[in-house]
Amino acid sequence: MLLNIIFLRITLFLYFIGAALYLWNLVSNKKGIANAALWTAGAGFVIHTIAIIIRMAEAGYIPITSLHEAISFFSWAIILIFLITAFRYRVSALGSFLVPLAFILMASVAMKPMAIRELPPMLQSAWLGIHTILILLGGAAFALSFVVGLMYLIQDRNLKAKKIDTLYRKLPSLDILDELNHKAIVFGYVLFTLGIITGSIWAEYAWGTYWSWDPKQTMSAVIWFIYTAFLHARFTYGWRGRKAAYLSIGGFVTVIFTFVGINLIIKTIHNFTS
Amino acid sequence: MNILVIGLSHKTAPVEIREKISFSEKALPDALHKLRQYPSVKEGAILSTCNRVEVYSVVKDLEDGTSEVKKFFSDFHNSVNPKEITPHLYVYSAEDAVRHIFRVASSLDSMVVGEPQILGQIKDAFEYSLSNEATGVILNRLFKKAISVAKLIRTETGIAESAVSVSYTAVELAKKIFEHLEDKAVMLVGAGEMSELAAKHLKNNGVKNVMVSTRTYQRAIKLAKEFNGKATKFEDFPSEMVNADIVICSTGAPHYLIRYDMVEQIIHQRRNRPVFFIDISVPRNIDPDINKIDNVYLYDIDDLQSVVEANRKEREKEGEKAEEIIRAEVSTFSNWFKTLEVVPTIVALKEKMEDIRKAELEKTISKLKNVTNEEKKSIENMASAIVNKIIHTPLIALKQETNSDDGALYIETIRKLFNLDKQLPHHEHKKKEK
Repeated sequence: MLLNIIFLRITLFLYFIGAALYLWNLVSNKKGIANAALWTAGAGFVIHTIAIIIRMAEAGYIPITSLHEAISFFSWAIILIFLITAFRYRVSALGSFLVPLAFILMASVAMKPMAIRELPPMLQSAWLGIHTILILLGGAAFALSFVVGLMYLIQDRNLKAKKIDTLYRKLPSLDILDELNHKAIVFGYVLFTLGIITGSIWAEYAWGTYWSWDPKQTMSAVIWFIYTAFLHARFTYGWRGRKAAYLSIGGFVTVIFTFVGINLIIKTIHNFTS
Repeated sequence: MNILVIGLSHKTAPVEIREKISFSEKALPDALHKLRQYPSVKEGAILSTCNRVEVYSVVKDLEDGTSEVKKFFSDFHNSVNPKEITPHLYVYSAEDAVRHIFRVASSLDSMVVGEPQILGQIKDAFEYSLSNEATGVILNRLFKKAISVAKLIRTETGIAESAVSVSYTAVELAKKIFEHLEDKAVMLVGAGEMSELAAKHLKNNGVKNVMVSTRTYQRAIKLAKEFNGKATKFEDFPSEMVNADIVICSTGAPHYLIRYDMVEQIIHQRRNRPVFFIDISVPRNIDPDINKIDNVYLYDIDDLQSVVEANRKEREKEGEKAEEIIRAEVSTFSNWFKTLEVVPTIVALKEKMEDIRKAELEKTISKLKNVTNEEKKSIENMASAIVNKIIHTPLIALKQETNSDDGALYIETIRKLFNLDKQLPHHEHKKKEK
């Protein structure tokens, strides 16, 4: 087995432990669980980073072309964004949502082929690397907006229904969640937009056209419009709170569908290598 | 030597009794001095708060000590009839006494579990006894331990975490909606004791902007001054409400003052910035249906009270965790207390010396070549003689001093100088293996 695959297995294991600890922390008053969880997830992130670097050295290209590679990088980006946010906001409940999400994503492709393949000439382009990294980082920011949206809906429900329980105590204030949601979407939107632009530049090189209305391209345009509408509504009508939360959940579901779902339903030239 | 607690608290005695035997700060030095005069009392400390009066002591004899300390209460407060207070007194000794002070210090015995004052009062009581030279090795250790156990429980459990008063609950809820209160505005519609208290708490937690509107404008002006805020005429409050993030309503009006359509419009004008409504009035002054509007959160007095109830239960649940910590700490303390007895200390000291003698002997003899059995014998004799002569005087002193006032101090010193406490479990372990 290649070294990078061993490291990826260790990463998966650490994310599993981290996710379990974080979920436990959500329902328990025991002190110290959150810290243990943060350290575990942090260790997973370090191993994950090393795995990606080793794989890059072993393959000779940026490893985000196969389904497994793309999902692995996506999970890495989610944990990265989580660690940055956790450092800034000290909200342990974020880990209870983001770490399990990263684990589920990684686990869902754990059985997929992980071997390093020769890259087709068409994909050997720096634009491709930049395009995918931008899109996936943007997607990870949307993942953050998705979980804070979920957390907002739960906390809003707790406050309205006067349900003062452990979950209520663990979840942060509505203001913080709404602020995080907004920041995550702005950040994700910028990266995603740049990702689309670099993608079409690459498409011009590879396919000879900037935009070909391939199903995946079409869906990306839909995503872009959803978030554009979101930001517009926020700025002009003051859409915040629950409405914003629903939108960010809907947006992320579309992102995931475009990312992995669409390849299973419709034939598209915009595929992962296999 | 025994630890003894005798006293009474809000749980065993009404305030009429508690106030009769309480000790004022001024009286404490004299009281501590008198307490030490009783023949059986070796160390003493007095804790006197409005909810409890307790005498902590180390006594030579439990029975004598108990009657002496009981007598001290009525001797000192000569207006008190002993028969009147005796039925209210509780007496704890040994492990029970240790558990009691740990529970008191961590507020588990308080009227409101998790309240912070008692720890400060315990600290003060200890300081007083210490500066009046009423405590010794045992009480010093007991009080220091009680204080550290209380701090441990505060950080390790949630007994002090959630609010248990209606007005403070309002602040906590506000913080779950707004996070930062510094840039938020609160509006009082009508005034009452509870809403003023809530406003005061909110101010202490950062709220700067306070608006007051009461039926009589004069009263509003007076209140606004108190909060460093702004008074609004009562007929103007609906239009001013758009600027308020928190609205506390408490008037005597028999109908809804704040209606659904009003709030709906306000939220629209506020571009969906949330508003937290608190309705303390009975009958209610705010239409309960507004809670259904997005970004509006309404709590009436019953809601707040049920949150308080939930928080109380939470604290009690956390109290169980605290009891577990206390159980462990009591047994650690008791183990230390047992080492203060003279016999185990002598045994431990002898064993330690014996170990050193054997080890050194072995080292020396194995290095020597061609020793006859006779020579070996005399080396061994010499080693034994040195050891015995060295520990002879300390042992005699130890035996003589145990019954003196400083007995515990001597034992503690010997244990420290010869590092006997780390040795003890080691030996027990070895014996078990055999």
